[in-house]
Amino acid sequence: MVGRFFKEFSLFSAVLILIILAGIFATLYIYASDSIHQFGWHFLTTDVWEVGEDDEGGVFGGLIPIVGTLLTTLIAMVIAVPIAMGIAVFLTEVAHPMLIKPVSIAIELLAAIPSIIYGMWGLFYFAPIIQHLFGGSGVGLLTAGIVLAIMIVPFMSAITKDAMNVVPGVLKESAYAMGATKFEVIKDVVMPYSKTAIIGSVILALGRALGETMAVAFLIGSIMKFPKHLTDPTTSIPVLLANNFSEAQDLELSSMFYLSLVLFGVSFIIISIAKFYFLGRKR
Amino acid sequence: MLKKIVSSVAVLSLASTVVNADVITGRGASFPAPVYKAWTSAYNKATGVQVDYTPTGSGDGIKSIEKRIVDFAGSDKPLKPKTLAKHKLYMFPAVVGSIVLAYNIDGVKDGELKLSREAIAAIFDGKATNWDDAVIAKDNKDLKLPHAPITVAVRADKSGTTFNFTYFLNKIDSSFKVSKKPNWAAPKVVAGKSNSGVTANIKQIKNSIGYIEYSYKLKENLPAAQVQNKAGKFVKATVPAFQDAAKYAKWSKDSDFYAVIGDPDGETSYPIVAATFILLPAEKADMNKNVTKFFDWAFKNGDKAAADLGYVPLPASTKDEIRKYWEEKGIK
Repeated sequence: MVGRFFKEFSLFSAVLILIILAGIFATLYIYASDSIHQFGWHFLTTDVWEVGEDDEGGVFGGLIPIVGTLLTTLIAMVIAVPIAMGIAVFLTEVAHPMLIKPVSIAIELLAAIPSIIYGMWGLFYFAPIIQHLFGGSGVGLLTAGIVLAIMIVPFMSAITKDAMNVVPGVLKESAYAMGATKFEVIKDVVMPYSKTAIIGSVILALGRALGETMAVAFLIGSIMKFPKHLTDPTTSIPVLLANNFSEAQDLELSSMFYLSLVLFGVSFIIISIAKFYFLGRKR
Repeated sequence: MLKKIVSSVAVLSLASTVVNADVITGRGASFPAPVYKAWTSAYNKATGVQVDYTPTGSGDGIKSIEKRIVDFAGSDKPLKPKTLAKHKLYMFPAVVGSIVLAYNIDGVKDGELKLSREAIAAIFDGKATNWDDAVIAKDNKDLKLPHAPITVAVRADKSGTTFNFTYFLNKIDSSFKVSKKPNWAAPKVVAGKSNSGVTANIKQIKNSIGYIEYSYKLKENLPAAQVQNKAGKFVKATVPAFQDAAKYAKWSKDSDFYAVIGDPDGETSYPIVAATFILLPAEKADMNKNVTKFFDWAFKNGDKAAADLGYVPLPASTKDEIRKYWEEKGIK
């Protein structure tokens, strides 16, 4: 009796997730259908977001927020990947045992900070520094990208560190016995052994960076313009949605659902790829 | 047992409907939210009637009242009589607020910067890109304005504040579009969500200027410019100057008080003022009476609270006109 109940309950839980996923997709699609019907694929290549007279109709295109999302994520990844790898290698291969624990805890703490706090910290402390160093207005692509990088580093380094920790000691010892230097061991033994986990962590972090809303909303400047310089303000998909959702109606609202459908699609594809790599490692 | 449960449920639901009758719900404009909050809590203390107002934005307020999911809505943008008739709504103004041009320039203190109408237009459409541009400098000979690019701080979300500010810009130069979220032509623009987002941006970004509601300037102690009014005089952003401006508002019950009051006449008027409005569903006479009772109370007892928060209470003549409007519509 209990066994049967348990089996059915677990089946129900699993199916529920699928239903929710399908439900979200269906809802996004239904609400977006007006906009999809109106703009079609041109939505993805139009760089205007303008409501018509008296809040009726208008022209909406997702190109600027899509480009903004991709650029901030790119900047964040370019900065975060080397740093995260550095941290992971340091903690597993280089650091004195006394140091490992405090550094690991510090990294985990970074991961636990809510994103709005990163946003506020970025705006009040980081933006003036960026303005001083690079010019511009302080808020913009670069600031958002750097703070985003700080947010995803702990995530990536934690997964990578765990993967590097399970590299068998025998492998490393035999490499050292062959006369390999520490750098060669890391490059030729540790890295290849934990390759799939590293790629998986990068892709998961990418997914997080793409969808980050609060911190980026504080820092990106939220302007519907293509950035000409690294320090220029622009906007991203989640930021545009968060800023305008409460006031939008009719076609604009529908276009926002279209935009979220685009983000949903991109994130879904990325997570699927990550999953593929993780499963690949287990096999 | 079952009977007991049913009866207790019945009693409970009865009790909750009784409680609900004493709750009036409203949502919409965030611009007047501080003063509504002060009024509702004082009204609750005085009468026991609870009024819940959620500041979600003017657009949301209009949507909510069109769908009849609230008892009243707040909007900074007045609806035209035609639109009101289409959605069967009543409208009247509640309070007047003002928008200031706050800036962050090293060495320039509150009220020192003088902005002519020409200069304001030039800053917001990108004709003047540096602080020492001739159009700004000619009225500020005693100030040392830096040769630095101007960053313009605007709203990222659609906003009644923006609507009222662009209305003023449009009065200066008709090439500005009156809109809740226009595309700004200035080269360096940074947008923030809500008044607090814009305020934070002005505080953080050197050589920036932006438009915010007066109470945010007070709260954050930001310097604000003297603005040249229709009569050509430079006027500091102060409550008496807002009051002088409010006197010139031309409201009439016959047009559901439809009027944008920005850029009024008068030598001492501060030009960027805005009224905020209340929308009521025409068919709900009983509930409307509860709502108008609240605003009638606020008109009688809420002036001081409004002034303390940096808002301008409506002139007495306007209040009387609103009461007549209520009587005419049978909702007083």
